[in-house]
Amino acid sequence: MNDNIITVENLTKDFRDTRVLDNISFEIKRGEIFGIIGPSGAGKSTLIRCLNMLERPTSGKIVFNDVDIVPLRERHLAKIRQQIGMIFQSFNLLAQRNVLRNVHFPLEVARNKTLETKTRALELLNLVGLSDKVREYPRTLSGGQKQRVAIARAVVNNPAVLLCDEPTSALDEKCTDEVLNLLRDINEKFNLTIIIITHEMSVIEKICNRVATIENGKIIEIRGVKQNG
Amino acid sequence: MDNVDTSQIIAATLDTLRVTLIASAFAYLIAIPLGIALVVTRRGGIYQNRFINILLGTYVNITRSIPFLLLAIFVIPVTRFFIGTALGSTAMIVPLVIAAVPFIARLVENALLQLDKGLIEAAKSMGASRLKIIYKLYLPECLPAIILTAGVSVVSILSFFAMAGILGGGGLGQLAIDFGWARFNNAVLFLCIAILVILTQLIQGTVFLLNKLLDRR
Repeated sequence: MNDNIITVENLTKDFRDTRVLDNISFEIKRGEIFGIIGPSGAGKSTLIRCLNMLERPTSGKIVFNDVDIVPLRERHLAKIRQQIGMIFQSFNLLAQRNVLRNVHFPLEVARNKTLETKTRALELLNLVGLSDKVREYPRTLSGGQKQRVAIARAVVNNPAVLLCDEPTSALDEKCTDEVLNLLRDINEKFNLTIIIITHEMSVIEKICNRVATIENGKIIEIRGVKQNG
Repeated sequence: MDNVDTSQIIAATLDTLRVTLIASAFAYLIAIPLGIALVVTRRGGIYQNRFINILLGTYVNITRSIPFLLLAIFVIPVTRFFIGTALGSTAMIVPLVIAAVPFIARLVENALLQLDKGLIEAAKSMGASRLKIIYKLYLPECLPAIILTAGVSVVSILSFFAMAGILGGGGLGQLAIDFGWARFNNAVLFLCIAILVILTQLIQGTVFLLNKLLDRR
């Protein structure tokens, strides 16, 4: 295993006639928090969706743990995706499942028979500080709480990477801090690599180790971030 | 009321309920998989397939555009094959199901389309197979919406069945036609209509209640 958990090489993505991602290359180091910032329409969302193949690249390589995942078939991809958690701007919790069963959902999907799944889900809810909300339904939660449930759900299968697509854009300042602190805790505790898409510089400054700036489908700069949080 | 006694009215009411509920159950049994197929084979669906989608869509549209009475007459051979006769209330279950399936499939399709695309993306990002997306995501998340469709569809089946009275379909419809219409017994006609109105309210009320109990949104 090399130091880079993900290596993107010459990634290009076209939607019909428009080039959304133009020959992008970069590496993500194991255990770092990597930010990707850019204006809306720059291709950030498409880029992060390529990293777990929710979007198929037009060309290029995405090497995850030394395996190029671009040519993989659905069945194999599903296995890879269980090692890559993801959270979203709109949380995407299941409205008809309570908090515990939301966190339990990926375990059902992965058919993980080796561990006590309910205990595992409770453990994660404890970690994100929501053990008192186990039986609640998402409707009753605040935005920050919803995103914490989503984080618990995204890491319940013990992934190697967590993809965050504008995780705080729907949240107020207080909830944003709550979520960012949690992400940093998880990063330290599990040495979990985190990739975070945002259009807010404050998010980058608070938790990222390195940041890539993307504009018009191209990475124009990658630099280290001085921590001030 | 001359020439009709209360027991006949009660029997016709129970018969109407029985046929309506059995036909609805069979219709949903077929329409739910069909509705799922319509959704997942759409453009951008998890089993995107233009050919199958157009094929199913055409079937649904054609069957839906045939008026119920004509359809019931047209499928008499099918009815005879399944029930042994084309007369009486039980026989009407066959045309009722045939007429209701495409209609309910469209309603179920609409209910399933309400599912946020983000949830499908989230499930995919967890490595969910397409089959699991259907039975662990689409169906449970849309169940309250699917139940809501029963308000429209079961009431439609009820009114289709009343209409079938003219074909010797039994139930309240036939009672109203044989006595209320053919023998000028306005009291029977009025009573049958009143019972149908009450049944409709009961069905709609039950559906709303079930939806309210189940929906966690």
